Amino acid sequence: MKELRAARLYLFGAPIWDWLGLLPFLAFVLLFLVIPSANLFAGAFVNRTGVFTLENIVVFGNPFVLRSYLVSLQVSLVTALVGGVFGFLVAYAITLGRAPGWMRGVIMTFSGLAANFGGVPLAFAFIATLGRTGFLTALLKGICFPAGESEVCPFNPYDYGFNLYSVTGLVMTYTYFQFPLMVLIITPALEGLRTEWREACESLGGSQLHYWRDVAFPVMMPSLLGAMLLLFSNAFGAYATAQALTGGSIPLVTILIGQQIRGDVLNNPHEGYALALGMVVVMALTVWGYAVLQRRTTEWLRR
Amino acid sequence: MAQVTLPTQRRRSWRFWAIFWGVAAMLYFFVPLYGTLDFSLRMKRGEISLLAYEIVFADPRFWEGFRYSAIMALVTIVVSALIFVPTVYWMHLKLPQARPVVELVTILPFIIPGVVYVFGLIRTYSRPPLQLTLQPFTTDILIVAGYVVLSMPYMFRAVDVGMRSIDVRTLTEAAQSLGASRLQLLVQVILPNIRVAVLGGGLICFATVMGELVLASFLVRPALGPYMQLLGLAKAYEPAALAIISFALTWLSLGALQLLGRGNVPQQMAGR
Repeated sequence: MKELRAARLYLFGAPIWDWLGLLPFLAFVLLFLVIPSANLFAGAFVNRTGVFTLENIVVFGNPFVLRSYLVSLQVSLVTALVGGVFGFLVAYAITLGRAPGWMRGVIMTFSGLAANFGGVPLAFAFIATLGRTGFLTALLKGICFPAGESEVCPFNPYDYGFNLYSVTGLVMTYTYFQFPLMVLIITPALEGLRTEWREACESLGGSQLHYWRDVAFPVMMPSLLGAMLLLFSNAFGAYATAQALTGGSIPLVTILIGQQIRGDVLNNPHEGYALALGMVVVMALTVWGYAVLQRRTTEWLRR
Repeated sequence: MAQVTLPTQRRRSWRFWAIFWGVAAMLYFFVPLYGTLDFSLRMKRGEISLLAYEIVFADPRFWEGFRYSAIMALVTIVVSALIFVPTVYWMHLKLPQARPVVELVTILPFIIPGVVYVFGLIRTYSRPPLQLTLQPFTTDILIVAGYVVLSMPYMFRAVDVGMRSIDVRTLTEAAQSLGASRLQLLVQVILPNIRVAVLGGGLICFATVMGELVLASFLVRPALGPYMQLLGLAKAYEPAALAIISFALTWLSLGALQLLGRGNVPQQMAGR
């Protein structure tokens, strides 16, 4: 018996035999996630003849590529912030703000739906609402006042430089799924704030500001950070909504990669792989930054 | 003397802002939906009609896309369940050490954007030794694999939560002491006990696949996503009707999910 046990090989405290149970899963992941990704990234570091090179990095000196990264980062940051702040206020309203109960029910249900309503149909919905002939545009256009011979229609948004098929329009469209996502993530965290903490803060002479700055905000920091990360990555990787909304005229990185897949617009497939690798690097850096901040806040909270 | 705000006064102004932001949120939800609905009904000049819907439903390409996506969704759900039920079961029973690895792997589709992922798939499987993109059938294998990967974060979490709610060890020992084989154990004991969780994960798979554009579009298969995109380039009213249909579809699958009795709806992020 003893010899038998000694003959068993262990890996991280489990018999090697047991690890074989994960084999189907790992094989699948290897075939359809790891190898395709690794293959793509390897492609970023070779030239046309298959020799190792770092020269594909020049793609990031290409003004089109640089611009697409800037626009993508800008859209992701702005929608994460707009959606995050709006979502936070809404979540606050339906929890601590004590908005009517039915409102809370409606908002929670619709957040679950809207956070999942993306892609092409969402773009269609915004075109039908805020496009040049959309429902809301027509409504605002229709508000006219007589002015002498003619009449003025002061509310046509397209007269003021508004354009749905622009970065502003894209931000508005993304907000449709970004803020509900924030509501879904932050509502439980706001519910976790105990009234005793506020009372303790107030009885010690602390103001609203003290409470939020020194108690509530630090406690919610991990959830806030996680939510912002999710919102950012959600917008950064988005393709379908932007493609359907603008037909590819907004230069996002995802749109550029799409064009590269279809027709090698960079005239060098390997620069295309470097372009794609750049997106993963941005995502990895974001997640890494999140992990560092997360660890810091948990350490801070433990003290 | 400084103005003293009474607590009741302060609370009343809070309540005002609470209602203000609540109403703002509901407007953001409903105005685009109502606008789309209104727009989709105005295809005939000067009257409300269902013409746009009739045209969509009479279009054979719509049904082809719908059928194709629905079949792919069902295959994806089955393959996903076949991969994740045994894996998560095994992880709970024998390999709790493997959890960090499995969790990390299943979260990767969140970190790798869909377009980048499909780029990698095409680079890998459009050339020997495993050239899958030549024939429709092998492309479909590739597309299902891609969908399984995209819905992996939800499926894994759903099955994991389900597995956590049952006593895996006791069930296993009870079944084995009665002489059940491993297959019987999984199919007749574990699966019925976590069927709600698997169904929940499946519904999210379904919603993900039905609205997916990137994979189907770049692998050039007749799914619903590419059909919608093409229609959007050429038509005005039909896309609005499609948006309403698609919203109803999301509503149905996620409504079913909420009916399953789990308040928290996991988030779908593919298909954007």
